[in-house]
Amino acid sequence: MKENKDIRVVVGMSGGVDSSVAALLLKQQGYDVVGIFMKNWDDTDENGFCTATEDYEDVKKVANQIGIPYYGVNFEKQYWDKVFTYFLDEYKAGRTPNPDVMCNKEIKFKAFMDHAMSLGADYLATGHYAQVVERDGKTVMLRGLDENKDQTYFLNQLTESTLSKVMFPLGGMDKKEVRRIAAENNLATATKKDSTGICFIGERNFKSFLSEYLPAQPGVMSTLDGVVKGKHDGLMYYTIGQRQGLGIGGEGEPWFVVGKNLKENILYVEQGFNHDSLYSDALIATDMSWVSETELSEPITVTAKFRYRQKDSKVTVTPIGDNKVRVDFHEPQRAITPGQAVVFYDDDVCLGGGTIDDIIKNEQQLEYVG
Amino acid sequence: MKPIYLDHAATSPMHPDVIQAMIPVMEGTFGNPSSVHAFGREARHIVDVARDKVAASIGATDKQIIFTSGGTEADNMALIGVANACREQGKHIITTAIEHHATLHAANYLESQGFEVTYLPADESGAIKLADLQTALRPDTVLVSVMMINNETGVVQPIQAIGDLLQSHPAYFHTDAVQAYGTEEIDVNTLGVDLLSVSAHKINGPKGIGALYLADGVRIKPITYGGEQERKRRAGTENVASIAGFGKAAELAIQKRTKRKAAYQLLQDTFISELNIAGIDFSINGESGQRSAGIVNISFPGTNVESLLMNFDLSGVTVSSGSACTAGSVDPSHVLKTMYGDDERVTNSIRFSFGYGNTAESVAEAAQTVAVIIKRLTKGKE
Repeated sequence: MKENKDIRVVVGMSGGVDSSVAALLLKQQGYDVVGIFMKNWDDTDENGFCTATEDYEDVKKVANQIGIPYYGVNFEKQYWDKVFTYFLDEYKAGRTPNPDVMCNKEIKFKAFMDHAMSLGADYLATGHYAQVVERDGKTVMLRGLDENKDQTYFLNQLTESTLSKVMFPLGGMDKKEVRRIAAENNLATATKKDSTGICFIGERNFKSFLSEYLPAQPGVMSTLDGVVKGKHDGLMYYTIGQRQGLGIGGEGEPWFVVGKNLKENILYVEQGFNHDSLYSDALIATDMSWVSETELSEPITVTAKFRYRQKDSKVTVTPIGDNKVRVDFHEPQRAITPGQAVVFYDDDVCLGGGTIDDIIKNEQQLEYVG
Repeated sequence: MKPIYLDHAATSPMHPDVIQAMIPVMEGTFGNPSSVHAFGREARHIVDVARDKVAASIGATDKQIIFTSGGTEADNMALIGVANACREQGKHIITTAIEHHATLHAANYLESQGFEVTYLPADESGAIKLADLQTALRPDTVLVSVMMINNETGVVQPIQAIGDLLQSHPAYFHTDAVQAYGTEEIDVNTLGVDLLSVSAHKINGPKGIGALYLADGVRIKPITYGGEQERKRRAGTENVASIAGFGKAAELAIQKRTKRKAAYQLLQDTFISELNIAGIDFSINGESGQRSAGIVNISFPGTNVESLLMNFDLSGVTVSSGSACTAGSVDPSHVLKTMYGDDERVTNSIRFSFGYGNTAESVAEAAQTVAVIIKRLTKGKE
């Protein structure tokens, strides 16, 4: 067995409190820790301000506090090609993509991991709230202990061979404890605000960001029966189940987005949180990836999440070939959204996941969800 | 292995004699050289003595030396100060595409202020061509700025020839001699230059201090405003202790230049021959040019700069890629780009620079470490 000091761990440091504490904990455990900041996006404004520059400054400060070497690497091109292009394509197709899932799959745990390995690393560590453990001789991924922060949803595309070279030092902790450790150790990022939203959009207005890259086509907002309720600014700005920003006033319950008609550029809306059109019975997921790297041979009954931070629901997953599965819900589910991830769990074990493609109700594919 | 510093072109360690020269100043001479009292006069004397030494190190007189905060400010003052003073005579400036950013970005700024700038290219030898300069010269050219030794490749530029050529042209001639200062004989009387920049920290002096040589009669406007220090050319209370250290470093340079040059060349030769013995694939950028003793820029096919820099550092070989890194990115070197276009060299080259404190043994060991890393990174890529 190698001693910790002979085990090199590259920590992906974002300049946030989580990865700062992850690096600190590994250093305290005696590993040969190297911190690397990854720049994926340039948002330099007219005053020369760039979020990445500021974040890297924080990484430098923290790494020096901890006493580890630090470097910066640039993955802007790869990020653009693998993540941002996909992100735009999905919006063009009227879907709601999940760039964080793609970033973990293609950048952090692929391109960045390869880079870490080229530095002679034994492991790549990040500040994600998830756990990697050995069970029955296999490497499995467990939910983060802090239920509220569990990030396995975003990590669902990682597989055993990758995870066997990954460490998540925060997996067994809750966020409060992480903040406390950061404060106790006086880390420069101890009180830094958590980043919110998609990394390349940051605090900016989503609509104005998207409009810089995709032409918006305003159109009509109507009920499924064709009663016109107003105008929309472009289908890409809306997601299934959305209530805010519709601008429909008047009597009764609030209105919700229930679907999109890409061909005719219509946004479908209906009244009431529990409107029947928001509910479905099953879905077809593509790009299935199982952590165990073993394809499903027969139906299994497990739990699933259809979006981040949602409670699990019971489902039956059936392989239908071509890397696709059919997911039957034991209870009807509300606002299942194409483009988002569906992620499966067996108790605390994250089994893997796929991309929600088609949605089924009464054995019919729902055409109106896009 | 013990870390070895092979980045002397970025900055160099202070010589012990320099430190000893600065300590008494920091401890005992806090006066303001402009003050009309005993404390001021004492400080003024220290500045005067140092100025004489810096002047002597380039064959100038004391009145021709302006202390600045370093090479960058000296370059900025040369370009912007001359441009502003001569704008009635002409608005054309010639420099090169391989200058340090202190010159390049000052030139870019002047473009934004209505000046026209011609950037002379360098070929694969790493040097600019005299013929290109001849073609670029115009009646309204007011300044030509060409560095003496390139900081990334170590390639020597034809300063003497340019100086001779410009004898028959009214344009001022500035040279950034920062990288040449520690190892080359510099005599402003024969070079034909009107302005020349030097910096202390590249010659084992302190950081934050440099100088601009101004030939008699050169028209220049200040770029900072305030008191009347440095003959009204550069406002601000003098950095007395650093100036004292600079003076000592300049004195050492005069004494040791020739020896240093030979010693650094030997280190470079040792380094290269160890790489050859190890049998790795590499080539020297600007190999066909005349190169300085202290700097060698090497391309390692099949690798990339980011990975090389980190691997070398983690193994104790501290080097750089020439251009500074910004947030998470090593910008491709503008110098290599000019020399080689989009060739792979631009993304797989590392600068090794030798200097005070390096020994033949440690340099050989560093080369062996480099070879091991290159072999590991290129394994299976052949």
